[in-house]
Amino acid sequence: MRNERESEWESLLRASERRTKLRSAGARSAAPDADAEDIVQEILLAVHLKRRTWIETAPVAPWVFTIARHKVIDFLRRRGRRIHLPLEDFSESLAAETEEPSLIGADIDRHLDSLSAVQRKVVRSIAVAGASIAETAADLSMSPGAVRVALHRGLAALAAKFSRQG
Amino acid sequence: MKTENLIRALAADQAGPKTPMTLALALCLLPGIILSILVYAIALGPRPHLMAMLPEPRILFKLIFPWVLLACALPTAQRLVRPGADLRACLIMFGVLALILAAAVVTKLLVVPEAHWHASLMGHYAAACVFFVPVLSFGPLVGALIVLKRGAPTNPTLAGAGAGLLAAAMGAAIYATHCPDDSPLFFATWYGLATIIVVMIGAIAGRRFLRW
Repeated sequence: MRNERESEWESLLRASERRTKLRSAGARSAAPDADAEDIVQEILLAVHLKRRTWIETAPVAPWVFTIARHKVIDFLRRRGRRIHLPLEDFSESLAAETEEPSLIGADIDRHLDSLSAVQRKVVRSIAVAGASIAETAADLSMSPGAVRVALHRGLAALAAKFSRQG
Repeated sequence: MKTENLIRALAADQAGPKTPMTLALALCLLPGIILSILVYAIALGPRPHLMAMLPEPRILFKLIFPWVLLACALPTAQRLVRPGADLRACLIMFGVLALILAAAVVTKLLVVPEAHWHASLMGHYAAACVFFVPVLSFGPLVGALIVLKRGAPTNPTLAGAGAGLLAAAMGAAIYATHCPDDSPLFFATWYGLATIIVVMIGAIAGRRFLRW
């Protein structure tokens, strides 16, 4: 059940992904243990959820880059706070503990766990299994409208989770 | 989840608010404006003989200037929450407004003898002005912040300040029809101070609530 609008938007997101990868690579060199893919995903979520702030007659590149820059700076700021903790003052056990939040480097599966059960099922079905809205609705015995709402809220929750981490 | 999968999910998601920002702003400001007008109607009301005094330039200036400020603040607030938007035109607009205000003040200073400057500056109800303009701005400020939250301000503090300016212009436009002090000297000083207060509240609120 893919329409023209969906495909158009998907190609724009792909272009954004390719073009923001370079920037994220830059961010990674500044914060070496960070996963560049994590930043790219955070940027893509922001681009998607804030897409109404793009005027369709305006060029898309400056808009995408501004969002990407904002998210990369935001990411580095969050990382920076952690990096600059005076860890050497603490005991070894504490230092070991700080290694644990390399969660940051993982994929967004752990974020999926924070979604509500319905949102998680819907996002998984569409993202991982590649099902359409209609198929997902039939699968989970929900109405297509409810699937759309759950998908949108799930993605918004994912983005919020991203920007709170760190 | 791989980026590939995420893109698939994003492409499938066509939900979310579809109202254009301008319309949303108008709708969301409405309750705040109604609240302000209610407060105005209960506590203040228009000054006596307002209509009869309208043709006087200083009164016209005081009544119209907030509306012009509002007309500049609306598109500015919308640009502040749009990534990559060009703000130069807005800066020029506010520069011109500041010049107009300065010109009005200088004219007043030239016309009024120096002995009366102080009386002209202090007016009769300076404290009421600094109190009521922020009070009348409160509702519109909340409404503006709620709408701007939907946008993507790369500088939340500045976007909040923009919302504050928008709200202050509304508060000033309403209060100006009550305020009995007409000197541009009074207007620039006390309305200016009230505006700065609202802009600062907006900036602080923006810093807190407009992050994304």
